[in-house]
Amino acid sequence: MSTERNRYTEFRPRWYRPKMSTWWWLKRWSSLAFILRELSSIFIAWFIYFFLRLVHALGRGDAAYREFLAWAASPGIVVLNGITFAFVLFHAVTWFNLAPQAMVVHLGGKRLPGALIAGANYAAWVVATALVLWIVSR
Amino acid sequence: MVDRITVEVARYRPEKEAEPSFQAYEVPCRKDWVILDGLNHIKDHLDGTLSYRWSCRMGVCGSCGMTVNGEPKLTCATFLADYAPGPLRVEPLRNFPIIRDVIVDIDDFMQKLSAVKPWLIRDAEKPLAEGEYRQTPAQLDEYKQFSMCINCMLCYSACPVYGLDPEFIGPAAIALAQRYNLDSRDQGARQRDEVLSKHEGIWSCTFVGECTKVCPKHVDPAGAIQRYKLSSAMGSVKDFLMPWRGK
Repeated sequence: MSTERNRYTEFRPRWYRPKMSTWWWLKRWSSLAFILRELSSIFIAWFIYFFLRLVHALGRGDAAYREFLAWAASPGIVVLNGITFAFVLFHAVTWFNLAPQAMVVHLGGKRLPGALIAGANYAAWVVATALVLWIVSR
Repeated sequence: MVDRITVEVARYRPEKEAEPSFQAYEVPCRKDWVILDGLNHIKDHLDGTLSYRWSCRMGVCGSCGMTVNGEPKLTCATFLADYAPGPLRVEPLRNFPIIRDVIVDIDDFMQKLSAVKPWLIRDAEKPLAEGEYRQTPAQLDEYKQFSMCINCMLCYSACPVYGLDPEFIGPAAIALAQRYNLDSRDQGARQRDEVLSKHEGIWSCTFVGECTKVCPKHVDPAGAIQRYKLSSAMGSVKDFLMPWRGK
């Protein structure tokens, strides 16, 4: 195999290999959206950790739960949770929209349209949210 | 409507240049002219040294893919007038080594394509006397979309994963593997899985989705890859639970 160091001759190419910029993902919105979607997984992890701490505190009794609430109300955590909420929404919406591409569902020998698969995800989301709201406000 | 448009074409002449530069040409901007017509006008009337690939000029052969104003496009299916008043930039497809001007080296893709065995594989051919392998319209629909690929490599050009890791087997090769995996006449899925389930196969894909957006044939390679991830993961679970399966 010849390399770029080779002198060019008529029957041996001297390739030019462009380098990809480190900042390629800033050049278009779709790339940035992709990087933000990947980044959102960090906030999803934080959300799960926060939720597990909540459950753990609840299990340890009243005092531990109050301690957790005081910690959760500290400005740093509130700001972090605000950012996390935005990223979790972004994560959910982008993945729901992508779901029809990854999933092919057949019903009665017919392939279901993509909008229905995405719609089912959104519907499940609405039902789960309503259920949580009902439990919390009871 | 403007009657002329400036086309800035990337030039790379390895015998005398270390890196590419741009050369501007003014070509007629006719309403029925595609970018390839503009390039042919340059080649025929302005500068015979310009090098580029093309063949069918009707969106079938997949030869004339180039980067137009930063986007991978088939130049035979992209109208000059859409870029009026110009100037517009024509560059080689991204993520491939450049041989000359807008011609890129496609050897890597050709090797990857054959690695996924894009043909019908049978465990044993049935005797001729038994007739052809029949297929229902529904069975055809399962893979037809993926069979529309013309190997134009716009998806490789759009894929940042391939740009960052050239080992990645890439969108079109995986979509074509799926075209045969989903074909009711094919029995080669296990053989293709050896290539597809490697790290450089489907699992390198992070679902950026650009391949699907730029595909001129609406093949949806991103969808093919995600579907394969799903079936591969299900297959692994089944193999774990039922080790005797498929042996």
